[in-house]
Amino acid sequence: MNRTLNATLGAPPAAALPALARRPLFSPRAWLALAAACALLALLPLLNLAFAPGHALHVSSYAVALLGKFMCYALAALALDLVWGYAGILSLGHGLFFALGGYAHGMYLMRAIGRDGVYQSDLPDFMVFLNWKEYPWYWAFTEHFWYAALLVVLVPGVLAFVFGYFAFRSRIKGVYFSIITQALTFAAMLLFFRNDTGFGGNNGFTDFKRILGFPITAPGTRAALYWLTLAALGGFLVLARAVTQSKLGRVLTAVRDAENRVRFLGYEPLGFKLFVWTLSAVMCGVAGALYVPQVGIINPGEMSPENSIEMVIWVATGGRGTLVGPIIGAGAVNGLKTWFTSVFPEFWLYALGLIFVLVTLFLPQGIVGLARRLYARFAEGGR
Amino acid sequence: MNISIPGAGQGDADRAGSGGQASYGRIKPEGVDTSHGAILYLDGITVSFDGFKALNELTLDIGVGELRCIIGPNGAGKTTMMDVITGKTRPTAGTAYFGQNIDLTQLNEAQIAHAGIGRKFQRPTVFEDHTVFENLELAMKADKRVRPTLFARLDSAQSDRIAETLALIRLGGEVWRPAGLLSHGQKQWLEIGMLLMQEPQLLLLDEPVAGMTDAETERTGELLNDLRGRHSLVVVEHDMDFVAQIADGGKVTVLHEGSVLAEGTMAQVQADPRVIEVYLGR
Repeated sequence: MNRTLNATLGAPPAAALPALARRPLFSPRAWLALAAACALLALLPLLNLAFAPGHALHVSSYAVALLGKFMCYALAALALDLVWGYAGILSLGHGLFFALGGYAHGMYLMRAIGRDGVYQSDLPDFMVFLNWKEYPWYWAFTEHFWYAALLVVLVPGVLAFVFGYFAFRSRIKGVYFSIITQALTFAAMLLFFRNDTGFGGNNGFTDFKRILGFPITAPGTRAALYWLTLAALGGFLVLARAVTQSKLGRVLTAVRDAENRVRFLGYEPLGFKLFVWTLSAVMCGVAGALYVPQVGIINPGEMSPENSIEMVIWVATGGRGTLVGPIIGAGAVNGLKTWFTSVFPEFWLYALGLIFVLVTLFLPQGIVGLARRLYARFAEGGR
Repeated sequence: MNISIPGAGQGDADRAGSGGQASYGRIKPEGVDTSHGAILYLDGITVSFDGFKALNELTLDIGVGELRCIIGPNGAGKTTMMDVITGKTRPTAGTAYFGQNIDLTQLNEAQIAHAGIGRKFQRPTVFEDHTVFENLELAMKADKRVRPTLFARLDSAQSDRIAETLALIRLGGEVWRPAGLLSHGQKQWLEIGMLLMQEPQLLLLDEPVAGMTDAETERTGELLNDLRGRHSLVVVEHDMDFVAQIADGGKVTVLHEGSVLAEGTMAQVQADPRVIEVYLGR
């Protein structure tokens, strides 16, 4: 942003300052690129529905489902970038918020199965299996979609707020904060693995039949979920950009760089950190909620520390503190993972580790940083 | 909530006090009663650490709009005096008043900062990733709570204030440069500019020219001379040439072993045999 300002304005005299009162969210070129990317992504399910398999323009259902899943990951990466890239808060537990959003939506999907389960009971199969006669209290109202949607936002949001309040108030920072978030997601995973917790133990939720009355595996439903995910990703990208471009965004980066100076200027960092931390958790929860109906399963494995660490690698690969970078990074790393796990499944973790090492050594600004460098060199050469 | 970090924490006071841009947020600093012509009174301040008296019956007053230089050898109590004024250290005995009516010994660092005392520490701390403009914008006196900050828009009066400060600290040509790329001297000026954006009544500057080149030192002297009259300034400094440049016939106070050894113009102080003995003569 600073760079573009410099480029367009040069070094204006002090009298030109008021012109800056309102900055555009994105440059016209960036808006165009964003719209083009969205249009292209939105087109894929249409090609899937409109052309029969075998046609040259047909896009396979597999590809659509895969991209839908990647966009959920991208949204989680975007959420993580907001706290890590801008406020300097490295979370190694964002998988927890993702999973909680997924579980909240999963509760509705489980109840929407109705009596179509294996045991043809009003209760989900795993509860029948445990010999439970009725839903535990915390399942109340989850048969209503709107209530589950509320939980998707509230559960990660409230947890993040409470956890963040105590952590930030105690001025826990840096690696200590990261370790605590990691421990938190690990503890939650152990809790959710227990059958008695009431969320299906290690099998989690699966075998969904329908969502809002529509069959969940039908191509039309899948396309709708895909478009919804795309809209959420685009919307949250614009929102995240608006937040980071605001004065609050500048306070956040100031907190990242010199927190004590921020205090001395009269800002209380607690509120600012809490705001962005909670917003990030909610975004992650929404990503999880969109993920579950598309992949058809949610289990405690989503809360495993490895998942949260992978998210950090997506952000680092794409470019920390760039918003668009993490989206690209999530797509690139997961694309590679899909290919890798089909060719050399047992070596994926080594490859992931290697990616992280290489990115840290050679691409500290990630893919976006590399692109910027190349562009700058190109622009200089063309002059 | 405890404020345990030195000089940190204007936060609470601002959160509590500064409402709209021009509304009740300004009342407090303007509430400083300076009708008797003095902005700061220290009377019989003693600070003892395990029997060692860092300050010993220190009595000092600073006039409104005055630029006061404070010199003294190491261990004379200069920094402890700053700590007492900003609430970091509580005096064992004595009174400290900001204007006629604000008892500094009863307030915490945050409240003191909000009352209108700005302090610059020796090492410059600016936001290196932000431009010079953004550094000043963030420092500007405003409602600094979360929601007003999220929706804050710069109005033209505020832009003018930033432009004014930029001219004063002579960084007009560096507006759009990230502060991290500034020279050491420029960072010091930027930090002084940030303090000015907070609209303090009294500015405490701890060795503002430490680590500066001669040219930078001279420009800093000019900057402080520009501020003379608009703000009350207390400058603690080792560099005698610099003190001679900014004292400009004004008062210089020499501290020694926690109390005032001599006070007067630079020429008077330099001629004082006691001062020569403990400090200048060495």
